[in-house]
Amino acid sequence: MLPAVLFFLVVILMPVLMSLYYSTLNWDGMGSGTFIGFQNYKKLFVGNVDNFPKSVINSFLFLLASVFIQIPISLLLAIILANGVKGENFFRNVYFVPVVLSTVVIGQLWMKIYHPDYGLLNTFLRSIGLSSWAHGWLGDQKTALVATFIPILWQYTGYHMLLLYAAIKSINPEIFEAARIDGASRAKIALRITIPMILPMLEVSVIFSVIGSLKVFDLVYVLTNGGPAQASEVPSTLMVRTIFMGYQYGYGSAMAVFIIAECALFTFVVRKIFKALQKD
Amino acid sequence: MKNKNIPICIGKIILYICLIIWAILCLFPIYWLFTFSLKNNTEIFGGNIIGLPKVYRWGNYSNALLNGNVGIYLFNSFVVTALTILFTILASTMATFAMQRMRWKLSKVAMSILLVGMMIPIHAALLPVFVVMRNLKLINTIWSLIIPYTGFAIPMGILIISGILDGIPRELDESACIDGCNTYRLFFSIILPLLRPAIATCAVFTFLQSWNELMMAVTFISKDNAKTLTVGIQSMAGQYLTEWGPIGAALMIATIPTLILYFMLSGQVQKSFVVGAVKG
Repeated sequence: MLPAVLFFLVVILMPVLMSLYYSTLNWDGMGSGTFIGFQNYKKLFVGNVDNFPKSVINSFLFLLASVFIQIPISLLLAIILANGVKGENFFRNVYFVPVVLSTVVIGQLWMKIYHPDYGLLNTFLRSIGLSSWAHGWLGDQKTALVATFIPILWQYTGYHMLLLYAAIKSINPEIFEAARIDGASRAKIALRITIPMILPMLEVSVIFSVIGSLKVFDLVYVLTNGGPAQASEVPSTLMVRTIFMGYQYGYGSAMAVFIIAECALFTFVVRKIFKALQKD
Repeated sequence: MKNKNIPICIGKIILYICLIIWAILCLFPIYWLFTFSLKNNTEIFGGNIIGLPKVYRWGNYSNALLNGNVGIYLFNSFVVTALTILFTILASTMATFAMQRMRWKLSKVAMSILLVGMMIPIHAALLPVFVVMRNLKLINTIWSLIIPYTGFAIPMGILIISGILDGIPRELDESACIDGCNTYRLFFSIILPLLRPAIATCAVFTFLQSWNELMMAVTFISKDNAKTLTVGIQSMAGQYLTEWGPIGAALMIATIPTLILYFMLSGQVQKSFVVGAVKG
């Protein structure tokens, strides 16, 4: 018991409280900071100079894309696979492979895929006669954000697919049997039976992708580190840079607290939405 | 009858084509990584971008391992991951045992507080843990990673283990006590062996988490001799910007252990991800 509590206190509980405390300081990491109340939080949005609001908006775009593009793809794959196609296990195992890879590997690999001259993507575009489309995807302010989202989609679709698949598999097969005997079509079964019955897991999946988008760091850090000109900046990359490059410990902590609060708030909202859905 | 079957048949074919395309999208980048890890720039830039290498340049691997320090990073990653798994399992089995099997005030409360830890993003702890580690002079050592990784893995460990421990009958404890077994012996020689499946799930999950973690690794470690694979490769990619072969080799080296683990235990790996979601 004691070791777990100790680790918990030192690594999770105490740091959260310390973050709260740091966020009220004007502190460069040396010596001790001066207490400035909520000034740091104000600085995030009022008279902001480092584009924090923009990074928040970018993370919202990630959120929308994950919930409305990634989850539907995962759900579709899960329903197809759970319906029993040939090679069900093979496909499931393959789709899950990207999930276990390290984000650094995925990021570096996609940087090569996006490489302006020899990347897979541009090579492919040229070979099908779309060479005018080929350009530096990550270096262009217009495409950087989308180009960072695609590897995220690539990596985590398999994860959500697996969660939803497991949920579908745990439904009593007799229910499907009965529906089929009653002459319900596959699409109808999916819409009227499968999706309502896996709502709890869908909720978990949505919460994970919402939180994941709000605190996204790894792939953005590897691929663009927020660039070019902050076109793909997200709160976490800005936070790490503010703290460890800019030595604004207090202000950076305010960003950290903001991210946590945002995650808690959105989790709460998603829970409410799903509660309302389940009542219908 | 025949007319009715044709659309279904076409539908099925389209379905399979979609499934296969997604499978190719999942696997092709990894195949591509493998091929360019064995090529040199002349071959890649000379037109053979996606084909198998003409000459298999295994030298890229020894180059990455020896000149690029990937050997050291690999070793560090192994040590960090192994110790994190060991500490996580010890701490979370003991804690779960204490909370579920021993009667004391607040044991339920302690459990729920520990599980809340799962919801806390690593961002919250980043700076405070950094400050603590700096004061303890542990920055730039692997301990600055092992300690927080363990802390963040424990809630998940407790969750997984409590599920299995619940299923082990309490009568076992009682009869062991009657036979004169003390608590420690009961725990180590009776309960622990029975928890083996849960421990395996927990180990797999912890392995992937700490093997792939990036945010703490890049902010806490800047000296080559303590870098893990994620941060090491990230900095190596900066140096070898134009040399594809050695980077590819380094990425393969970071990926192979996870892929081996995944192919040997794909069921176990997937289970470890689902368990966390089902109860979270």
